[in-house]
Amino acid sequence: MIPILIGITIISFAVIHLAPGKPTDLMVQLKPNVDLEAREKLNQIYGLDKPIYVQYFNWIKKLARLDFGRSFIDNRPVMEKISERLPVTILINVLAMAIIFLFSIPIGVKSAVRRGSVFDKTTTIFVFMGFAAPSFWIGLLLMSFFGVRLGILPVSGIASLDFENFTLIHKVLDVMRHLVLPVSVISIGGLAGISRYMRQSMLGVISQDYVRTARAKGLPEKTVIYKHALGNALLPIITILGLSVPSLISGSVIIETIFSIPGMGRLMFESVFTRDYNVIMAGLVVSAFLTLFGNLIADIAYAYADPRIRYGK
Amino acid sequence: MMKQIFRNNQAVFGAGIILLLILVAVFAPKIAKYDPAFINIQSALLGPSLEHPLGTDSLGRDLFSRMIYASRIALLIGFIAMGLALGVGVIFGSLAGYFGGKTDSIIMRFADIMLCFPRFFLILAVIAVVGPNIFNVMVIIGLTGWMGMARLIRAEILSLKTRDYVSASRALGASHFFIITKHLIPNGIGPVLVSFVFGVAGAILTEAALSFLGLGVQPPNPSWGNILMEGKAVLGVGWWVIIFPGLAILITVLAFNLLGEGLRDALNPRVER
Repeated sequence: MIPILIGITIISFAVIHLAPGKPTDLMVQLKPNVDLEAREKLNQIYGLDKPIYVQYFNWIKKLARLDFGRSFIDNRPVMEKISERLPVTILINVLAMAIIFLFSIPIGVKSAVRRGSVFDKTTTIFVFMGFAAPSFWIGLLLMSFFGVRLGILPVSGIASLDFENFTLIHKVLDVMRHLVLPVSVISIGGLAGISRYMRQSMLGVISQDYVRTARAKGLPEKTVIYKHALGNALLPIITILGLSVPSLISGSVIIETIFSIPGMGRLMFESVFTRDYNVIMAGLVVSAFLTLFGNLIADIAYAYADPRIRYGK
Repeated sequence: MMKQIFRNNQAVFGAGIILLLILVAVFAPKIAKYDPAFINIQSALLGPSLEHPLGTDSLGRDLFSRMIYASRIALLIGFIAMGLALGVGVIFGSLAGYFGGKTDSIIMRFADIMLCFPRFFLILAVIAVVGPNIFNVMVIIGLTGWMGMARLIRAEILSLKTRDYVSASRALGASHFFIITKHLIPNGIGPVLVSFVFGVAGAILTEAALSFLGLGVQPPNPSWGNILMEGKAVLGVGWWVIIFPGLAILITVLAFNLLGEGLRDALNPRVER
């Protein structure tokens, strides 16, 4: 675990610093009247005049105190910027995840149990489409239909302009209304993937001996499926949940950019455009840590849910 | 194996579409009626017609011609990026699997670390430094996509290297290089090729997303992603600018996914046919 954490910081740092040119180059490019002396001074302020390994150790020393330095753009602490953006991203993804699981588990179970039926074939087609359709395209389609043509849903931001004057209930409703489209886009993509896994997993379980035994002793089909099979089929889904953290974070860049949502993904996107290197490095480190954390939680949950692992060798 | 692939309808269907796309990309200048970069403001945002089968964009450029040329970029980036990933993955994975020990733990630990990063974040960070263009996008997608393939080939080689024919070859004095390239890689490449086909689909999606965000293929070079980006500006006015490029991406990615699934089934002896 520790070597991986260190490796994450090394790669995040190397990606930015091994490329030719210094982060201050762009600041200077933007203001042509900055002379060489001022530029040297900037390099000094940001410690860019020191050897690369010294820079790394300085950076990591600060990182240990959760200090990612300051943004080049507005000079605010990077940590402050991230901690105000991250909750939005987490909220959207948690909502999407809840919807994905609510729908994909029954869909997966049903298409596994009725393998080869019309329902199974229809969902398979839907799954292939869901895998292949780019999320930003689905986003654009939903935006143009519900936002522009019907005009019933807002297409950007997470709150109305006069948000401050609303009552609490009104505020919650307002945010919900703004989140309908982005959460739908994430859900459509995820639904395809998770329902497919669920189907696969269920098919594997149904052919097991203990399911045959349950049927042989005359249990009703409902009990066999929901009591004996479903629990076991859900196990691999826990792992999938942990593994989907990085792709959710990746997806948030696109979703948040098209819907102008002030989250972590959009922060990353803006920082790439303005080459705000401290924010980019922090974004890499934080997202990789989140991924690692997601895997860890999935492992623990798996061990908790599956006694074979808890009591295993 | 070829027989099994041909018996699989979806794989044949996918391969057919891919072949068609390759032909379109190769003969783009013959198929496209107009110069994809020819701007004519007077014919801006015309709907689909006989003159312009898929309509025109906000600068009056023929959408059909632009999309035909964009297929070149999509396929080029998909194949070359994943070719690079395949090369890196096979080299790293076979070294790790064959030599084991320290080599193995260093390489695989490196792969583990790379896998911790949300891929799109990593790609964006590198683009911020090196700048967006077709070449950079290709290389970056390739260099962030080798880890899965390395794991696959490593697992294959771990089981293959204990086989008798490998011991026999070694007893006859074959070099490590000979054993890896002649015995192990050819026998263990199957799952990696499946992953390659899915990878091309992923790379095409990634390129489209990057170009859509303005961080991939730069205008005036047409890419399905940046046509959609321009389409976003005329949302609600020109539906065709949004529908068609998206459909092109969907069909292309679908074709690669179908071929990948078909290949996987053909290689898996346990799948019932």
